[in-house]
Amino acid sequence: MTARTTALSLVVILSMATSAGCRRRVEPTPVPDPAPSTVGDARGVADAAAAEARARRQADSIAAANRAAAASANTADAQRAVAELTAVLQQRVFFDYDRDNLRDEAASLLDAKAAILLANPAVTLTITGHTDERGTAEYNLALGQRRAAQVKRYLMAKGVSDRRLSTQSLGDSEPAASGTDDGAYQQNRRAEFGVGNAGGALVRPRS
Amino acid sequence: MSSALARFTRATLPSRRLCMLFVAALAPVALAAQDTTRGVRIGLAYDAGSKPGVVVLPVAGPLGDSVRAIVARDLDFSDRINVIALDPASAGAAQRGDLPNWALLARLGASGAVQLTATPAGFHLAVFNVATRQTALVRDYLAPPSTDTRGWRGVLHGIADDLEESFTGTRGIARTRVLFERGRRIWMVDSDGEGAMPVSELATPASPAWHPSGRSIAYSTYVPSQVVVQELGGRPRVVASGPGVYISPAFTPDGEGVVYAHGVDNGVDLHAVSAAGGEGRRLSVGRGSDNVSPSFSPDGRRIAFMSGRSGHPEIYTMDADGTNVDLLTPLDLGESAYRAAPDWSPDGRLVAFQSRIAGSFQLMTVNLRDRSLRQLTSEGRNEDPTWAPDARHVAFVSTRTGSRQLWVLDVESGRARQLTRGQPVRLPAWSPRLAR
Repeated sequence: MTARTTALSLVVILSMATSAGCRRRVEPTPVPDPAPSTVGDARGVADAAAAEARARRQADSIAAANRAAAASANTADAQRAVAELTAVLQQRVFFDYDRDNLRDEAASLLDAKAAILLANPAVTLTITGHTDERGTAEYNLALGQRRAAQVKRYLMAKGVSDRRLSTQSLGDSEPAASGTDDGAYQQNRRAEFGVGNAGGALVRPRS
Repeated sequence: MSSALARFTRATLPSRRLCMLFVAALAPVALAAQDTTRGVRIGLAYDAGSKPGVVVLPVAGPLGDSVRAIVARDLDFSDRINVIALDPASAGAAQRGDLPNWALLARLGASGAVQLTATPAGFHLAVFNVATRQTALVRDYLAPPSTDTRGWRGVLHGIADDLEESFTGTRGIARTRVLFERGRRIWMVDSDGEGAMPVSELATPASPAWHPSGRSIAYSTYVPSQVVVQELGGRPRVVASGPGVYISPAFTPDGEGVVYAHGVDNGVDLHAVSAAGGEGRRLSVGRGSDNVSPSFSPDGRRIAFMSGRSGHPEIYTMDADGTNVDLLTPLDLGESAYRAAPDWSPDGRLVAFQSRIAGSFQLMTVNLRDRSLRQLTSEGRNEDPTWAPDARHVAFVSTRTGSRQLWVLDVESGRARQLTRGQPVRLPAWSPRLAR
């Protein structure tokens, strides 16, 4: 991330330096005076046209470089936004034992996710419910589904369209933490989020 | 006495003429045992405490020891027969030509003796009644060559089941198999723990179940979410799939349908679909709760299942169409109550399930007639009971030796044996009796 930003800044600086060099070389070039050339002096006219074209090309390249520099700065910001917002969308939600109700901190996190989803209508979420290993395998698959559905219901209540939210359950089959203590069990009672974002860009919600 | 004998044979035996003859010959032993029963005697109940003593005579030939060991072990695992071991001296003296050494066998306490002989086509079986010094049963069996290990062993398991039927009146369960999940595949193992092999190709399979024919199985997968039916040795065929979860399929006892748990956004309910596939229809009305793990009564009229509708998992029963729901386990209002994984016994009398006790799971049974509970296990975590077709043995997952392995428990004697070893397993399903 940081390395990427640095690389982008380098590109910006380099392109600016190049355009500055161009400008220095362009300025002393005398603009050919069309007055002394006669109408019949085809060569002089051609020279003038060529010089003009050259100047235009140079001006264009300067403008392009400036645009690129601005765009690079925007891209860096956009990429930062994508990373930040994706991280929020992916952040896990945790549950109590054998429960699917949302704790306060889970609700706050889902509020943040909902705001991002509302600001980015192309983004979809796959919500996967997980459980700890303490129940039966079959009940745990059902419980995981219930957790995913509870998350989906909450996001829908915040205005996110049904069509953008899919749910599934892996029960106790993919624990996030191994171990048979309460700490491991808590980490395993969770919903995970897969982010579908075909457009690639993400806009920050207006707060 | 003779009419009592007839009633005894009629009450306890299927209509197989050979075994009727044989048990009639053994009847004095059974009646003698009955005379020691104290209290009021009602009819001629079979006394489970008197196990007939049986000697499996040494078998000649290069595979003789294997043949004898397989059959003797099957009889032992039946828990209905006392297999009498022979020390080397007795083994050498147990037969006189083609006939057993009657005096020696009587001294060892045997009421029956089994003689197996390898023939070009398979095996020749002779069963002897030690009390009457008569041949009680002879039969020939076709067997594939021993290089077809599974088929060859299967014939021997079938012989053991015939023997058990002859000696006790109840057919054995040696020629059965148990499905289970291991390492994201469905596996199958013979009833004696031999021949474990994977039978599924699909990823993330769970909850295998037997078709009543014993020829095909159903299971669910969670990625993708679906229920499949697969002929053993064939390819899986999807019978239900879609968004959400598909869990815990069970065939109807007539084999025509599959009941499974399915849910997307509003709880998980039991559904039914034709075994050939088609549109599924919802059976249970869980109103947002989880309803999983269906198990049919043997007559196919009721379904036991686990439901969280009361706030925590309990066992319920309902009609096969989803009506007349009834709480089966006495509602336990404790915070930690958790009853799950019901399995209806093939004789229809009991439902086995797992119940949380002291922070772990133990197996229990509930009697359908009076709702009485009985705890079957206490050591380690014990889960996912599945009845053998004899309604007397239960296979289940236990951590009693550390890792999750399958064990078999005789619910009458309490004797347990380990069925699988190696990678951890779960979700066993015991087959019906398999065809010869």
